[in-house]
Amino acid sequence: MKSLRLIIPLVVFLVIVVFLWAGLSRDPREVPSPFIGKPAPAFDLVQLHAPGKKLGTADMKGQVWLLNVWASWCVSCRVEHPLLVELAKANVVPVIGLNYKDKNEAGLAWLAQNGDPYRLSVVDADGRVGIDWGVYGVPETFVVDKAGMIRYKQIGPLTAEALQQKILPLVRSLQQS
Amino acid sequence: MKRLFAAVLLAVASNVIADAALDARLRKLEEELRCLVCQNQSLADSSAGLADDLRREVRALAVAGKSDEEIKQFLVARYGDFVLYNPPVKSTTWLLWFGPFVLLAGGAVVWWAVGRRRSRKRSDDDDDDFRPPGGAPTPEQAVEKARELLDNPLD
Amino acid sequence: MIPELGHFALILALLVAIAQGTVPLWGAYRRDGALMALARPAARAQFVLVALAFGCLAWSFANNDFSVELVALHSNTQLPLHYRIAATWGSHEGSLVLWMLMLTGWAFAVTLRSRNLPAAMLARVLAVMGLVGVGFLLFLLFTSNPFLRLIPAAPEGRDLNPLLQDPGMVIHPPMLYMGYVGFSVAFAFSIAALLAGRLDATWARWSRPWTIAAWSFLTIGIALGSWWAYYELGWGGWWFWDPVENASFMPWIVGTALLHSLAVTEKRGTFKSWTVLLAIIAFSLSLLGTFLVRSGVLTSVHAFATDPARGVFILIFLAIVIGGSLILYAGRAGSVGGGAQFAPVSRESFLLANNILLVVACASVLLGTLYPLVIDALGAGKISVGPPYFDSVFYALTAPLAFLIGIGPMASWRRATLPDLWTRLRWALAVAIVAAVVIPLMRGRISPLIVVGLFLSCWIAASTVTLVIQRFRHAPQSGLGAKLGANTSAWYGMVVAHLGVAVFIAGVTLVKGYEVEQNVTLDRDQSVEVGGYDFTFRGVVPVNGPNYAGVAGVVEMRRGGVLLDTLRPEKRIYNAGGNPMTEAAIDAGFFGDRYVSLGEPVSDKGTEGAWALRVYVKPFIDWVWGGCFLMALGGFLAMADRRYRLAVKRKIDALVGATA
Repeated sequence: MKSLRLIIPLVVFLVIVVFLWAGLSRDPREVPSPFIGKPAPAFDLVQLHAPGKKLGTADMKGQVWLLNVWASWCVSCRVEHPLLVELAKANVVPVIGLNYKDKNEAGLAWLAQNGDPYRLSVVDADGRVGIDWGVYGVPETFVVDKAGMIRYKQIGPLTAEALQQKILPLVRSLQQS
Repeated sequence: MKRLFAAVLLAVASNVIADAALDARLRKLEEELRCLVCQNQSLADSSAGLADDLRREVRALAVAGKSDEEIKQFLVARYGDFVLYNPPVKSTTWLLWFGPFVLLAGGAVVWWAVGRRRSRKRSDDDDDDFRPPGGAPTPEQAVEKARELLDNPLD
Repeated sequence: MIPELGHFALILALLVAIAQGTVPLWGAYRRDGALMALARPAARAQFVLVALAFGCLAWSFANNDFSVELVALHSNTQLPLHYRIAATWGSHEGSLVLWMLMLTGWAFAVTLRSRNLPAAMLARVLAVMGLVGVGFLLFLLFTSNPFLRLIPAAPEGRDLNPLLQDPGMVIHPPMLYMGYVGFSVAFAFSIAALLAGRLDATWARWSRPWTIAAWSFLTIGIALGSWWAYYELGWGGWWFWDPVENASFMPWIVGTALLHSLAVTEKRGTFKSWTVLLAIIAFSLSLLGTFLVRSGVLTSVHAFATDPARGVFILIFLAIVIGGSLILYAGRAGSVGGGAQFAPVSRESFLLANNILLVVACASVLLGTLYPLVIDALGAGKISVGPPYFDSVFYALTAPLAFLIGIGPMASWRRATLPDLWTRLRWALAVAIVAAVVIPLMRGRISPLIVVGLFLSCWIAASTVTLVIQRFRHAPQSGLGAKLGANTSAWYGMVVAHLGVAVFIAGVTLVKGYEVEQNVTLDRDQSVEVGGYDFTFRGVVPVNGPNYAGVAGVVEMRRGGVLLDTLRPEKRIYNAGGNPMTEAAIDAGFFGDRYVSLGEPVSDKGTEGAWALRVYVKPFIDWVWGGCFLMALGGFLAMADRRYRLAVKRKIDALVGATA
């Protein structure tokens, strides 16, 4: 009986080690989106290149599309941008840009300098739409299906790996349904 | 004229008081919300850009008449439970919330059990450590015991 | 050249550590005196080598050797000398060298103060410390080499993080590590006892001063960290239940339990296997803390830049050291047993309650710290556990503990009686209740938490004072001098440390109950009243430092019309990295602090217009850290007890020699 008690600390420790081991492969700073599998929050925003016109989520119904949150002041956006430009050339899926908390002139200049992969970009000057979508850092990318449901969120810059292994297969399967 | 002046003053004053009360309420609420971009700071304390936006949002909702609970739900719907500094009490957090009390209860049981065991032991003497099993102490052991006694003043 | 010398010294230290960790252990097993005798010189050599390596690294920093990658990443020519040296431990790699320096330093100290230790015990203790050193040196050399060269050398360094450019940085990590790592000595003693399969009260006497020393340094280290965060981070907070803070706090909690448990084991020979377990747990928590800070498993302001490979290494090391110790414990602790009896009301019983409360408190902090990780690993979502949780759980557990502080020292060993305790303590109880109600009423604000906090603080103070008075009154000696001398240093240490706890609780209660904060926007010459003081903003002036430039706000502080002080909170931009920093201005006093922090300019006139400011009045906040320093002082007093000093031993030896 006494020896059983003496093993308790060891058992507790082993349980802790198991969780710490699991923790090593996870990122504690990542906040997963609660919107996966739920309808995308609606917006209707002014377009960056055409201030007289608007684009809304309703306009995108019926097709699979990506929403990419970007800004001219965002350093990591520059890292993922070439991948987006490539993706646009392949013409696989339309990408809508959400110009987040930026100034129009700065945004336009940035696109002119780095390339414009977006079907078009809309302006979220005060970040309210970003809050509605649960954006907490830039860049972020969402995959939205034909019915307007969010299916995937990429936190941080897109990587070739994420595109090849998660996003593009998902997009293809959504497009076929 | 005087009446108009008084009315304006009253309106401003009551606004100021209402503002102070609103500020206090918002501050308390913001202390229970996490700033998502900074490492481990509450929404009240953080100076990050997103924190500013969220505080503005919280204020707008409060002014529009939403309760604290509704504001929290608004944020949880967008950011998940992570945005709450105080995790909600649901099945996945039972262990967290009730764990300490369970441990304390367990500790109380241990304390009681040890107390009973130690007050019951009548066969042992408290000179256990100094008397070897069977036989009188040898001269060396007696010296050791003397040393012990000299070293430990009666307290 | 110098960095290579340092690198070589580390490699040599590793070889010595391997020898130190194995040969004496084998010698103890075989009762081979020659092999056991290797321990002492090996430990001393290891200290010299690690000190040499540390010196080489510090030299590289002091001399701006940017061909060393670490220096290029964390230092800068414009950095003042004392910060260049402190930058030695401002990175993951450098802090590990500091860790090793502390470990070998403690081992060195053990070699100096162990004349009376049986050879086998000393051999085992130093061997265990050597083995821990092996793990860290392997980690250093294989994953975190501080002497990596940068070729070609950088022309200028990236600068030390401005948050770290502060006197607190110079002293907080060394103190903290002294404490953290110091628990390795108690740990080594426990392992040695388990290996020997024998544990008696004298073992407790050997362990105790080392444990108290480590605990005292850890107390100072944590207090300094808290104080530093308070004045450096700019928003007046001083404890955030941040995972890394918790990582240093948990060993402290268990260390406190260990101190008290050792007292019982030394005096009465009871709780032996429990004390051994506590010593293992205390050091295990230190190691766990080391893991948490460097592995990226938890988010924290303190975390070093992380690398999963390092996390894996530390975790494996952790598993081996702690797992091994706990297996040894499970196997051997049963043979260690035995123990005296004591009544349900007795000092032993109160100390047992103390231990249980402390251990449950530590377990709760651990639970809260690791819970987000557990939930995430189980795929059950992402939650965050913050101060509201820790505060409520911790207060609930420490309130009964604080109450016991008043009773425990009054109770006699083996058997105490409640009526006797009541008679002795009833006045203290009355004083505490009255004070707890009167003080808030006098200040104009009363709440349950304030009353409870003040009650506990006054209760501890009053009962401790009662203890001292009654001790002196019943002392057989005549004359104050004789009476003072009749008590041991350890007893005074206990009194001072417990009073420190009372001061600490008072500080926490009063600052949390009565602090006032205002976020205001002030134009030039505008004033705001906060907490009874008037703060007038007079605009900003430019400032220039050795490696930064910025603006300082000029804020005049008045009370009742009288100008008390001019505070200058700053906003700096550091030249090297362009990093911004806010330096708060604090008017500190015995009865509280006034704290002003500069925000942002809010008008279109830029820096010449209105600014946002944060103004705090924090009553009695310095009592929080004052209480901690008192606790540490008590610890140092207890350590200096003549029981632990050689002189008395020699006297007894002489006596015994003469009569034998």
